[in-house]
Amino acid sequence: MGGLGFDVAHMLAGGLVMISFTMLYQDRLSAVIHVYALHAVVLSLSVAWQAFIQEAPHLYITAAISLVFKAIIVPTALHRIVRRLGIHREVETVVGIGPTMLAGMGLVALSMVLMLRVTPGADALAREDLAFALSVLLLGLLMMVTRRNAVSQVIGFMSLENGLVLAATGAKGMPLVVEISVAFSILIAFIVIGVFLFRIRERFDTVDVGALDHFRGERR
Amino acid sequence: MPAASFLLACDAVLLATAMAAIAFGRVEGAHRAVYGTALVVSTAIAAVALGYLLTAGGVPSDTWLPLGLPWLGADFRVDPLAAFFLVVVGAGGAAAGLYGLGYGSHESAPHRVLPFFPAFLAGMNLVVLAADAFTFLLCWEFMSLASWALVMAHHREEGNARAGYVYLVMAGFGTMALLLAFGLLAGAGGDYGFDAIRAAQRPAFVPTLVLVLMLLGAGSKAGLVPLHVWLPLAHPAAPSHVSALMSGVMTKVAIYGFVRVVFDLLGTPAWWSGIVVLVLGAVTAVLGILHALMERDLKRLLAYSTIENVGVVFICLGLALAFQASGMGAAAALALTAALFHVLNHSLFKSLLFFGAGAVLSATGHRDMERLGGLIHRMPQTSVAFLVGCVAIAALPPFNGFVSEWLAFQAILQSPQVPQWGLRIIVPAVGGLLALAAALAAACFVRAFGITFLGRPRSDAAATAHEVDRWSLAAMLALAVGCLLAGILPGLVIDALAPVTLALLGERMPAQAGLDWLSIVPIAAGRSSYNPLLVFVFIVASAALAVAVAHRLGSRALRRGPAWGCGFPDPGPVAQYSAGSFAQPLRRVFGTLLFRARERVEMPAPGSVAPARFTLEMHDLVWDRLYMPIASGIGFAADRLNRLQFLTIRRYLSLVFVSLVALLLVLALWP
Repeated sequence: MGGLGFDVAHMLAGGLVMISFTMLYQDRLSAVIHVYALHAVVLSLSVAWQAFIQEAPHLYITAAISLVFKAIIVPTALHRIVRRLGIHREVETVVGIGPTMLAGMGLVALSMVLMLRVTPGADALAREDLAFALSVLLLGLLMMVTRRNAVSQVIGFMSLENGLVLAATGAKGMPLVVEISVAFSILIAFIVIGVFLFRIRERFDTVDVGALDHFRGERR
Repeated sequence: MPAASFLLACDAVLLATAMAAIAFGRVEGAHRAVYGTALVVSTAIAAVALGYLLTAGGVPSDTWLPLGLPWLGADFRVDPLAAFFLVVVGAGGAAAGLYGLGYGSHESAPHRVLPFFPAFLAGMNLVVLAADAFTFLLCWEFMSLASWALVMAHHREEGNARAGYVYLVMAGFGTMALLLAFGLLAGAGGDYGFDAIRAAQRPAFVPTLVLVLMLLGAGSKAGLVPLHVWLPLAHPAAPSHVSALMSGVMTKVAIYGFVRVVFDLLGTPAWWSGIVVLVLGAVTAVLGILHALMERDLKRLLAYSTIENVGVVFICLGLALAFQASGMGAAAALALTAALFHVLNHSLFKSLLFFGAGAVLSATGHRDMERLGGLIHRMPQTSVAFLVGCVAIAALPPFNGFVSEWLAFQAILQSPQVPQWGLRIIVPAVGGLLALAAALAAACFVRAFGITFLGRPRSDAAATAHEVDRWSLAAMLALAVGCLLAGILPGLVIDALAPVTLALLGERMPAQAGLDWLSIVPIAAGRSSYNPLLVFVFIVASAALAVAVAHRLGSRALRRGPAWGCGFPDPGPVAQYSAGSFAQPLRRVFGTLLFRARERVEMPAPGSVAPARFTLEMHDLVWDRLYMPIASGIGFAADRLNRLQFLTIRRYLSLVFVSLVALLLVLALWP
């Protein structure tokens, strides 16, 4: 059990990191949202696997929450937003794909080195899990930094949050209450940001956050 | 009812008065109700605290209130030290209330003063009563903010807004230092009760750091050089009875904070800590009184003189620290008694002098001494009271200022028995500076009284001034009597202070009650003694004799003739000695170096009818060399950081991202 459990958990977490890279690579909005949905599916699989090997049934609820909210509701809603705004074909990156991927690799290496250094006492599964979670988190942040479009920044933020969930479920004994609150906070954040997007749209006919800067009378 | 509960109830009454004054501050006659309440309640506080000090024998009285932080509440305690300072605060508050009954009717914006006056009094009382660090800091901030509001009462007058700003910055800085000091005292365990702090074990560096932080925190409130810059701005800006409270009482609350932490909570200090306090005190005393000597504004002069007196108190406290660290308990008790005695004295005569300055201000509308003069004819009672204050603050017998400074010198004379050579050398030097400060103070107050009250009026307002109302006079005369009583009966004060020194140092000065003819003997009869009654009787008798002889031998006929104008053709009032000319010799001696004083005389060319001009240029070096660089540094940094306010959202995110990655890198590469 130990060997198989470790391997599958390792594979799923590694898969999350790989999907994060995929997300970084995408330059169209609808593709980004698709990849995010895949990200959430793999996350829910990973959480479910953790629930199975930790024998912690409440984590199944966490997995279900992340499947329903993050893999279905949120991407659907984002698709609708993007289509209503008519920006599903927009391509907007600040930094080129190549440098972004290189930076992402650097970040993954950094989180591996760091996590393996600071947690020598923890068991191997938790160490790997934390290292992957930190990678996902940093890649999400990198996505927020390198995109100019508000929708893709929102997605970067949510994939960052997926990394948090991965870390939280990898550690034994994480209470469900916290997970629910995190999920709801993400949902709320999504709603707020969605409303925000429409506001920007109404006012400025674009969801490019650069318009905000322009509105404040500053150069970019 | 235990003493602590009663005192808290008094403060609750003061706070309730403050709340009521918010609502009814503009009502005609509201000032009588507010100041009357302050007078009665402060008198009760002073009486209860004095009764506790004399009778309780040092047994503390505790009260716990469920206020402030949940589960912690607020501890209040009366012990001898707190009781003594409550007497000072209560007496000062009662005098200010009495004075305010009359002075408050001239107030142009009573709704800006009345709510904060009782709140300020309550704040000072509560600081002294607090027995845990959280309550202490809370009340300290409350006191600061209430006094700041009073400073800003006339915020449209020139300079007051700046005074309030500087005061707020310095008060915030001081509280931050206190916060850090208490944080260090409480340690990692984090029990903020004074009892727990007293019992705690600390690493060796903590007492040093706490002492420095207390010098910064309490020193900035008390006015230690170089943290004194706000004091001459803020104290005169407030209405005069509030100036009296700020100068006479609030600086004492700051000294209370210093004594409470350094002598009570911190345990036995290192011997060199005394040196730091001594040197700071000496520098403060001399610089403060030199500033006062150069000052033309009567209230600013008094504020600078407060700095000098705070310096004197800190010299005594430094001596007490040094003696205590060397195991000389009796000498330490003598020095601490001198410090506390001076605290009491200064609160009496500085309140009196500020009341006098307020009376002059309300009678003439001027604070500038160059526009006053000759007021002794127009305001005889005020001038007598002011003269008493001047004589007392100049440390002349038989008034109280002499006794405490004499005790301070007795303590300094104990220094040859100290084992450390450093102290043996420094203490006499500090004694020399203290003597210099005392002499300069005498010159300063000869000038203050002489220019303001003697001579001929320098302005129409001074020529037509009227004596102030009887409430104000009553307050001044009561304080003048207090100065005389404390000067003639110092033995009573010293014995009343015995429980305080016993509680803090475990030693006390010899009992003075049983000595003949009310003399005081600080150490032993063979060493030194002072008999104020004898001096008083001698002064009165010799003065009466001189008057009698002069009247008997001289002519009784009253003649009025033209004053001798030194051959000057037009001896108008401007030709008199002015405040500036009186200070000129001392300015040339000290000011050239310390204040960069430069005098320039521009003579017109021969034959020209243009007037000659005399210009005087002076700099406050502390301000120029210490505060201006700090201010310009902060301004420079703020200008640079200002760009950060106008970044794009993505750039903010990038900042967060880069700093996160940098921190992670540090963590990853840390050896």
